[in-house]
Amino acid sequence: MATLRVGVVSPEREIWSGDADMVIAKTVDGEIGIMPGHAPVLGVLVEGGVLRVKRGDGGDLVAAVHGGFISVADNDVSVLAETAELGSEVDVARAKDALQRAQASIEADQEDADARLDAKRAAARLRAAGEEL
Amino acid sequence: MGAQLRQLRRRIRSVRSTAKITRAQELIASSRIVKAQQRMQAAVPYEREITHAVSAVLSNTATVDHPLTVAKEQPATAGVLIVTSDRGFAGGYNANVLREAEALKAHLVSRGITAKPYVVGRKGITWHRFRGRELFGEWDGFSDNPSYAQAKDIAGALIEAFKEDNGIDEIHVVYTEFVSMLTQNVIVKRILPLEVEESEAPPDGPMPYYEFEPAAGEVLDQLLPRYIESRVFNALLQSAASEHAARRRAMKSATDNANELIGVFTRQMNQARQAEITQEISEIVGGANALADAAAGKE
Repeated sequence: MATLRVGVVSPEREIWSGDADMVIAKTVDGEIGIMPGHAPVLGVLVEGGVLRVKRGDGGDLVAAVHGGFISVADNDVSVLAETAELGSEVDVARAKDALQRAQASIEADQEDADARLDAKRAAARLRAAGEEL
Repeated sequence: MGAQLRQLRRRIRSVRSTAKITRAQELIASSRIVKAQQRMQAAVPYEREITHAVSAVLSNTATVDHPLTVAKEQPATAGVLIVTSDRGFAGGYNANVLREAEALKAHLVSRGITAKPYVVGRKGITWHRFRGRELFGEWDGFSDNPSYAQAKDIAGALIEAFKEDNGIDEIHVVYTEFVSMLTQNVIVKRILPLEVEESEAPPDGPMPYYEFEPAAGEVLDQLLPRYIESRVFNALLQSAASEHAARRRAMKSATDNANELIGVFTRQMNQARQAEITQEISEIVGGANALADAAAGKE
């Protein structure tokens, strides 16, 4: 079976690249699953989304992806993230702390858009790290 | 000790300590070039992918009518982003960038366009301030190690001004391209209205037909600012690497000159010391002769 060539890149570095069987990402229209042979797609990813890369043997790769794009063409999948973090690299304690702080500022000020964004990002990082929310 | 001798000793000491400083700067710059180059390399995949994505959208939508890609018929003002360094000690690095920026400004004026400077780097900022020029944007403190957040900040300000009705109609960027350790070129480029740089025709024929999520227009809305940010980030990274390379070269020649100067002064000092000794000897001999003569005269 054909496999996908996947690259996850952020402006400052290439985060991960390799082969995979399936990629699941969350675009602004909803979740999108990409398998080999998928039609060319260019999608806008949501803030604080979780990217899943399913690999047959090596287990799944999970990453928190904040904003950016996914582009698929000819079994090449590239995820262009503004910032991204692999689940294995997430500092869970820090992310939890960030989530709590963001939630506290949301309670204090319902209109605080920055805090909402922070909360989303922290939640995505925790989900990527495999934490239950 | 003779006055000349003392003076030369003092100068040698001062030149030697200058050489120590320039040598240290040279070594620091050499180590930072490598890091700056690595960061440039690390940014390449993203740039490639985003350029690819932008060309994919543009080739799929027959009528691109996005505000960022449309050139105004009568451009009246242009923003010029000038990337300089925060610190000097880099030879002609900043002077070259500023010279090109002035040339661009003259060129724009000849086309009837007013140039509005947006400056990165303390050296460029003070240069403009000294001449009493108005700055429309200034950023400093990161010229030797820029991060993406800063590029985003700069690109955001430029795009904002571009979208405003009375803002700017074109955006140019003046930065130093890092070719190799020995070669850095000042580059002047227009980044808005956008001309996507397609390095070459895609090897596998025309672009496939893409689906967009959500619509093509919205994807473009999101994509173009990111593309410009990535261009600005590239300019910052290239400039940072060039800055270190220019500093290394300037400091190396400064160290070499200092060492040469120490050699010259040492020779002069030895000469002065020899002259002094010779003079002392001849004085002693002269005195002894005079005494001997006087003693002979008495007998």
